[in-house]
Amino acid sequence: MALSQERLGRYNPDKPMENRLTDLGPRHYWQYFPPVIQNNYGKWLYHEILEPGVLVHVSETGDKVFTVRCGGCRFMTVENVREICEIADKYCDGYVRFTTRNNIEFMVDTQDKLDALVKDLRSRKHVSGSYKFPIGGTGAGVTNIVHTQGYIHCHTPATDASSMVKSIMDELFDYFQGMTLPAQVRVSMACCLNMCGAVHCSDIALLGYHRKPPIIDSEVLESVCEIPLVIAACPTAAISPAKTEEGKKTVKIKKERCMFCGNCYTMCMALPLSDKEGDCVTLLAGGKLSNRISPPKFSKVVIPALPNNFPRFPETCEAIKKIIEAYAADARKYERIGDWAERIGWEKFFEKCGIPFTEHLIDDYRLAYDTYRTSTQFKFTEAAWAVSKAAGGIE
Amino acid sequence: MAFEPKEPQKELKYDELRIYSDDELNNYTEEELKNFKIKHDIPMVEDLESGPWPSFVADAKREALHRRKLGQDRLMIEQDVVEDMLGQLEVSFQDGETHWKHGGIVGVFGYGGGVIGRYSDLQEQFPSIAHFHTLRVNQPASKFYSTDYLKTICDLWEFRGSGMMNMHGSTGDIIFLGTFTEQLEPIFFELGHVLQQDLGGSGSNLRTPSCCIGKARCEFACVDTQELCYELTHYYQDELHRPQFPYKFKFKFDGCPNGCVASIARSDMSFIGTWRDNIRIDQEAVQAYIGGEIAPNGGAHAGKDWGKFDIQKEVIDLCPTRCMWMEDGKLKIDDKECTRCMHCINVMPRALRPGTDTGVSILLGAKAPILEGAQMALLTIPFMKAEPPFDNIKEKVIEPIWDWWMEEGKNRERLGELIQRQGVQKLLEVLNIPPMPQMVKEPRANPYIFWKEEDVPGGWDRDIKDYRARHKR
Repeated sequence: MALSQERLGRYNPDKPMENRLTDLGPRHYWQYFPPVIQNNYGKWLYHEILEPGVLVHVSETGDKVFTVRCGGCRFMTVENVREICEIADKYCDGYVRFTTRNNIEFMVDTQDKLDALVKDLRSRKHVSGSYKFPIGGTGAGVTNIVHTQGYIHCHTPATDASSMVKSIMDELFDYFQGMTLPAQVRVSMACCLNMCGAVHCSDIALLGYHRKPPIIDSEVLESVCEIPLVIAACPTAAISPAKTEEGKKTVKIKKERCMFCGNCYTMCMALPLSDKEGDCVTLLAGGKLSNRISPPKFSKVVIPALPNNFPRFPETCEAIKKIIEAYAADARKYERIGDWAERIGWEKFFEKCGIPFTEHLIDDYRLAYDTYRTSTQFKFTEAAWAVSKAAGGIE
Repeated sequence: MAFEPKEPQKELKYDELRIYSDDELNNYTEEELKNFKIKHDIPMVEDLESGPWPSFVADAKREALHRRKLGQDRLMIEQDVVEDMLGQLEVSFQDGETHWKHGGIVGVFGYGGGVIGRYSDLQEQFPSIAHFHTLRVNQPASKFYSTDYLKTICDLWEFRGSGMMNMHGSTGDIIFLGTFTEQLEPIFFELGHVLQQDLGGSGSNLRTPSCCIGKARCEFACVDTQELCYELTHYYQDELHRPQFPYKFKFKFDGCPNGCVASIARSDMSFIGTWRDNIRIDQEAVQAYIGGEIAPNGGAHAGKDWGKFDIQKEVIDLCPTRCMWMEDGKLKIDDKECTRCMHCINVMPRALRPGTDTGVSILLGAKAPILEGAQMALLTIPFMKAEPPFDNIKEKVIEPIWDWWMEEGKNRERLGELIQRQGVQKLLEVLNIPPMPQMVKEPRANPYIFWKEEDVPGGWDRDIKDYRARHKR
């Protein structure tokens, strides 16, 4: 049965239930495995990274599968996917896979096919010059940045995603194509606190952030929102019922209590909070989710606000580069950014990365106390001398 | 290994299914693309075409050109949809604000999830993205594909949608990005009837489950993550498509504690493969690592000279429990002290392998910050056998948890927040499991224990007269 070319295809709006198929679920994975994967399912012995982005997995049957990992944009057009298919048809018997971090993986079963595939991939560029399928993203380097929708599709973003990721990956390109770091660095991006991308456990996390309380559109609020739900949605109880002069039901907001999470806007479209000057990028660092050596940990806020400087976000790119370079120079082999920061102490992290420590980095939300230092075990840095001076303790 | 799909799988052949001819697919030249100008002036967006990383703008432009040359007769939504999307993106950069409207309730008949309604607030300026609804398409486990399948969805989505996609969304689905309301049902019909392919989840539903690459191509996988993901996705289709939960609910499946799909941080129910017997050791391979014949960590550090491999420094001393040592030239592991962190196995994959008595650890309640702050998952069930059809997991874990959460959860309250609000003690009751020290990093420091009446000898009810008989007022 070919794809339909009628305006409404097989759907008859007069009889929507006729021939309706639902709850089929996803197609079964097995048919999408190349033969070498089917034949060696569950039999893999070990793997090696032959060069950045090129892996070989060896099976107990003696079979090998070579994988070429290419960075991809999360946003792809059908033209791009067709080109991926053309490559997969030519070299990989018509099979291809994508990774959780939006990389594209081409697999072949011999060294000869591998060489031809790599050569081909390296030769493909967009007319404006960027690689279509850059090879890398393995081992002790930076892999693709997972991210959210930003201005391309989302109604709540505090910044854009695709443009920021493109800009940062241009800056980190050598780290994507290389394996020169002490361990892998996972960069993730979410364009608001909703964090559809769940960036809260990444080595470096980028987070779009609103800094102005919602504007109240009282003209329509009553008719488009469930006011009790809006009030209940606020985690700091900053929203309460109110009436306009004309007697319309609306809400009022205790602005000093707002921490700009946007949950009220999610519940009620009459409370928008985007703003050109107020919206910014918050940088977090030191999270991980692997259980390797140390347990998974949250990313910590290290720069509270960087400007939304479209389209290239130069300040954000520079800050990330500074952190990665300081980490590369100082950390031990196998040490993730968070493990490094904990070993040297966060006070040294700020010093080594050249990042100023501001009051916004001291937690003042729930469970803040858990993050306070209650010990005399600290290291002297310039920031410590500044406090001693300000307190009159030293000249 | 068994191949047991829930339903017979229709074979897909692109040549039998396609919409566009080869000529239509190759309808522009490199030269035309170089000279192509979209209908809007987009200098900031075009700045993103330079630099080595793949440019989504350059990609979008080729789809824009392709559509223009296909012509409106061969497309069910406006041919300039990509140009309008790029135009609106430029305006968003100028304004520093998104131009997508809040909300929009659209969907396919009978489903409460799978479609995200979206409308532009600049419809006069960009009419072809006035509607820009998304469909979430449930990806096959681990995101392996045949090109027959991919090329077919490309034709379908170019014909009835914008030709723009996400490969993939954060939760794992293939995302069809932008179509008009009229085309939602036709797309759903084509997906089902031609591709035997369903939508994923959105809204207060079970979200599309996802898994790591597992046994397909990883030597560390302790469980069959694909089978587990596939089975639970099919078994819980109703929960995936019809909202009945307080909020979203995510299953994710990691084959080992390395956690490549991040289940521990972003799923309400995280399944992580593990083992309960001993790490398998190949002593000859250990010697090969020591001797430098095999690069450590699969060659992950090859870009920098870190010096000769030192097993003491790089493996034994970094073991978080210090349960390893060398003895008479052999590597020894005290497995009962091992916490299965994977470091030694990651460093020496040819010498060390996970055990063979495998199952899953189940952790509960991870989520991103909204609303009560970010939470990592709570280790709840240390080890559970995971064999198809996984009835023990469905009956003993998933369903009691859902019953509790649907009964007690508040609107927009994730499982992790309910666990916090009602206490882990309540969770133990729901699951009918005893407490264990593994559930905490350390026992509580505050002594404010909520004793229950039945915990205390004699109960809580006492007689004031009896008390006064012993104590004058």
